[in-house]
Amino acid sequence: MLWEVEIEAKGRDAERDRVRDEYDLLTSSRRGTELVRRSTRGYLLEGELGEPQARRLMDDLLADPVVERAHLTEIVDPPAHVDSTAYTVLLKPGVMDPVAQSVLDTAHGLSVPLAAVRTFRRYEVNPAADGALKALHKVLANDAIEQIVVGPLSPEHLGIGTPYTFRLIAVPLRELDNAGLERLSRDGQLSLSLDEMKTIQAHFQALGRDPTDVELETLAQTWSEHCSHKTLKGTIDFNGRRIDNLLKETIFGATQELRKRFGADDWCVSVFEDNAGVVRFTDEYHVCFKVETHNHPSAIEPYGGANTGLGGVIRDPMGTGLGAKPICNTDVFCFAPPDTLPESLPPGVLHPMKVMKGVVAGVRDYGNRMGIPTVNGAVCFDPRYLGNPLVYCGTVGLIPVSRCTKEPQAGDLIVTVGGRTGRDGIHGATFSSLQLTAESEQVSGGAVQIGNAIAEKKLLDVVLQARDRNLYHAITDCGAGGFSSAVGEMGEKLGALVALEKAPLKYEGLSYTEIWISESQERMILAVPRDKWDELRALCASEDVEATAIGTFEATGRLRLSYQGNQVADLEMKFVHDGRPNVVRKATWRAGIVDTPPVAGVVIPPARQEDFNETLRKVLSSLNVCSKEWIVRQYDHEVQGGSVIKPLVGVHDDGPGDAAVVMPVLGSNMGLAIGCGLNPCLGDFDPYAMAAAAIDEAVRNVVAVGADPKRIAILDNFCWGNTNRPEVLGSLVRAAEACRDIALAYGTPFISGKDSLNNEYHSGDRHITIPPTLLISALGQVPDVRRCVTMDLKEAGNALFLLGITRNEMGGSHYNAACGIAGGNVPQVDPSLAPRVFEKLHAAMQRGLLRSCHDLSEGGLAVAVAEMAFAGEIGADLKLGASESDAVALFSESPTRFLIEVMPANVAAVQVCFDDVPLVPIGQTCREPRLRIAGRNGEWIVWASLADLKEAWQKPLRW
Amino acid sequence: MAAPRILILRAPGANCDAETQFAFERAGGIPERIHVNRLREQPNLLQRFQVLVVPGGFTYGDDVAAGKILANQLAYFLSDALRQFRDAEKLILGVCNGFQVLLKAGLLIPPDEDGPLATLTNNTSGHFDDRWIYLQAAPGNCPFLRGCERLHLPVAHGEGNFICREPWFLKGLEQANQIVLRYVDANGKPGPYPVNPNGSQGDVAGVCDMTGRVLGLMPHPERHVLPTQHPRWTRNGLAEEGDGLQIFRNAVEYFE
Repeated sequence: MLWEVEIEAKGRDAERDRVRDEYDLLTSSRRGTELVRRSTRGYLLEGELGEPQARRLMDDLLADPVVERAHLTEIVDPPAHVDSTAYTVLLKPGVMDPVAQSVLDTAHGLSVPLAAVRTFRRYEVNPAADGALKALHKVLANDAIEQIVVGPLSPEHLGIGTPYTFRLIAVPLRELDNAGLERLSRDGQLSLSLDEMKTIQAHFQALGRDPTDVELETLAQTWSEHCSHKTLKGTIDFNGRRIDNLLKETIFGATQELRKRFGADDWCVSVFEDNAGVVRFTDEYHVCFKVETHNHPSAIEPYGGANTGLGGVIRDPMGTGLGAKPICNTDVFCFAPPDTLPESLPPGVLHPMKVMKGVVAGVRDYGNRMGIPTVNGAVCFDPRYLGNPLVYCGTVGLIPVSRCTKEPQAGDLIVTVGGRTGRDGIHGATFSSLQLTAESEQVSGGAVQIGNAIAEKKLLDVVLQARDRNLYHAITDCGAGGFSSAVGEMGEKLGALVALEKAPLKYEGLSYTEIWISESQERMILAVPRDKWDELRALCASEDVEATAIGTFEATGRLRLSYQGNQVADLEMKFVHDGRPNVVRKATWRAGIVDTPPVAGVVIPPARQEDFNETLRKVLSSLNVCSKEWIVRQYDHEVQGGSVIKPLVGVHDDGPGDAAVVMPVLGSNMGLAIGCGLNPCLGDFDPYAMAAAAIDEAVRNVVAVGADPKRIAILDNFCWGNTNRPEVLGSLVRAAEACRDIALAYGTPFISGKDSLNNEYHSGDRHITIPPTLLISALGQVPDVRRCVTMDLKEAGNALFLLGITRNEMGGSHYNAACGIAGGNVPQVDPSLAPRVFEKLHAAMQRGLLRSCHDLSEGGLAVAVAEMAFAGEIGADLKLGASESDAVALFSESPTRFLIEVMPANVAAVQVCFDDVPLVPIGQTCREPRLRIAGRNGEWIVWASLADLKEAWQKPLRW
Repeated sequence: MAAPRILILRAPGANCDAETQFAFERAGGIPERIHVNRLREQPNLLQRFQVLVVPGGFTYGDDVAAGKILANQLAYFLSDALRQFRDAEKLILGVCNGFQVLLKAGLLIPPDEDGPLATLTNNTSGHFDDRWIYLQAAPGNCPFLRGCERLHLPVAHGEGNFICREPWFLKGLEQANQIVLRYVDANGKPGPYPVNPNGSQGDVAGVCDMTGRVLGLMPHPERHVLPTQHPRWTRNGLAEEGDGLQIFRNAVEYFE
């Protein structure tokens, strides 16, 4: 029998309001309010349950009678009555529905014979809405994961999947010519180059057989850009110079050199090896950090893309060493401006406002449910992220010193733990189902998934217990490439035998190849010694986590797969991992090849005529500068109790902190500062300068709150356009070279990184390439959190000092953007001065000499002092020095600068402390709630109330 | 009497159990984290403890509604053990998700023949909110809040909006001194959002049962135990201890 529970809110119909607002936004109209009369939500319940049981489920579990009204109806075929104004939105078959899963599990726990559950949303659409339906559809549902049924539901069956009958598929490629090989790669969506196809062909010709489909898929997956980073590790011809392995020569290389320099005090533990980079923290614990991107899925389904993006990166620390406990998350997003005109959207592109809201909700719901605080992030807006938003998610983990290394042993069982395997993430997978509309449904297995955070939380809970009970020898996560990647990597030096039919499936019908390459979420692979298997299985069962042995690691040097006793793959591990032909790419870079032509010097309107009050408000209101409180508060940034410096600081907890500090071991007073740097505006001028500035910013942020500059680890995440174009790859080479130079100069080792190439949007004749975007994340160690400093001004009567050198560097500045000025000098890092500035600043903080400290970044000095003042509700009077221009002094974005607040009693000590670095007294704090800045001729060029400045800064994204 | 033993109930998605354990350790209790499945297998386990805590988190993902599924489990499988526990003069505390669980399980305010009298539902802001708020305590006979007046604690939830089925019922709770915590501003005055962060009727932040020994509250006392957890310690200096510690210490001292 099939029952429908429909639930209506007694109070405000929030979903109807959402539909109205989004419709009006998308169509620049005010019709949304009349289109949908009301919304409801509900459940379809199938099973051998009579009305009393269904009603009991409804009353006791599904609806809250205090605030909701619920109706139970039996769905019959043909329907009792036809209502064509009802639009029911359901998740497509096969898309993860955590709520349905929970209802099913709970019902089973209560011995209610429920067989299947689906959730839905329903809208009563105004019959007069005819002309608006196309736009309305977009607002009601996302085609990538949802379907709309108009009128009555008449399903016969909710289950999905049909039985699978084994048939071994061989792929005849030995006889193919070049064109045939290329076609095979393209049609099979293998993304293998001709060179790679020919290597595979030669390998199988030598073996005297054709590969099976699963063998070919395994090679395609292992050799993919995503898994092997073949471009950055390949050979690059850069302006005629040969680079054998860009990563080794730049980013890895710098770390290796630094480790040599550290000598006996080398605090790197495991870098660029494991799922996350590991460094020393205390005698008991190391810490690890990984940042990943999830861009393409977030473009198609922002909520699910960001959701699974965060879920994926959380599994990286969990799969590092023998498993780290995630202690905080970071998130950095790049979007097109939320006020983008809907008419200007290219086909198939979601509005940036919808993308932004979906991404924020996706990160929120996964991070909060996992109980991991999201403590640091950034949002950057540029129209070129329109079809291709960037979503970076990072996770820091804490790992006992004794649990840092893993090594699967021959004879260990290959155990999959956590979620079940479905068709998720299998490219182009489609299947028909017995369905709600009686029509055949296509599932876009493709890139789009929804996460199930609680499945991952349960997994985390058992993994940490199993780790502490020594129940396994190795662990890794199932990310891209699924079992293929996880088992393939773990068994690389050993060999593995897997019986694919043993993997627990979400539904019937998966072929052996689909099981092997599925990217279903919330799964991890463990190497379990046979004598621990019973204990592990019991532990997992005790917390309702599924654990299944699917094979054995064996010292054969081969990857062997079987399905129901039939061998379906037998590959040499060596060929899988080392057989890929080297990639050779061309790269060019020439100063001056940029999208916006640089203009020598600075074009600045005559200072006399400029109203700097207005300019300051404009810069504070620009999207990249303005308050992100709307996002920050939706994340739990305090769970686990380790919060020391929160993302929002000041007298009303709403000023923009430079970096967050957490105390991973409660009560220990040892802290970690987490910050980031990202400045794509500079990449148009020179990717080298951009990368240097990004490192400087990330380091600056964590030093500004109290991190020891000698204990800062950094991570790189490159998001670039199509690197098959030499000039795009060339800009990446430039950025990588800066990473090497600055990491060496600052003594900040890279410990992990990731690249995402080919971030472009194509449709018809419209091509949008993202600006080269390098995110640098910093993990700094704070020796004693009680010495931490925040950016809000603390009290009146203190002295303000500007630390660092301000140059005429307005290129790519937010001042230029706000004033519509092109060109300028791009900010340059001074690699010899900067480390000394950081060192002195840290020394002053350790001595407790600073009351507040804020780094100068977007918007320069003017924005920094305004933020400090309104965050602390303390006024300030500043006097600019005799620089060449007031605009430069106020708004230049020269790196390695800080504004610090010092109590009168400590001024002398501070001046001694900073004796050999540029430090100038620039003003003082005052009780009056206003900011005044005197220009070089002594006149007040800024005079504004703090409330006014704060409003300008808070208003744009106060949603 | 020896230090009391505290059972911190783990469940899929509970995620404030470790810091709650830390808070009780600081307060001198002997906390232990135990999975709800163990309790279901062996309800008698409960009787070895003096305090039961349902910590914050997203039990079962808050799928269906916040705390609802765990509440169902407690009501179906553990109601006898829980009643016995409460009637033995012992203490029960629910924080955030734990408050939602206790309320929806009927442990704070028993339902009448027409169903539950109150619930915790979506914030009027429409989304999850992490922010620090002030609380005015009216301890009455609730031992957890003995000596508490004004508390500064964080909230972090999306479904903390306390709503009664009928307006008169809120009055009844007030008269019975069951509304023991309300949202106020720094000066102790009620106010709209964000002073009241979720839209709760009567600014209710925490309620206790008729005995006072069962307390549910949305704010997180376990997140303000250490002075460095306070959002403004870099301005105002480090306090001796966080405001929340008193609640845990009260629970421990109740058994002395």
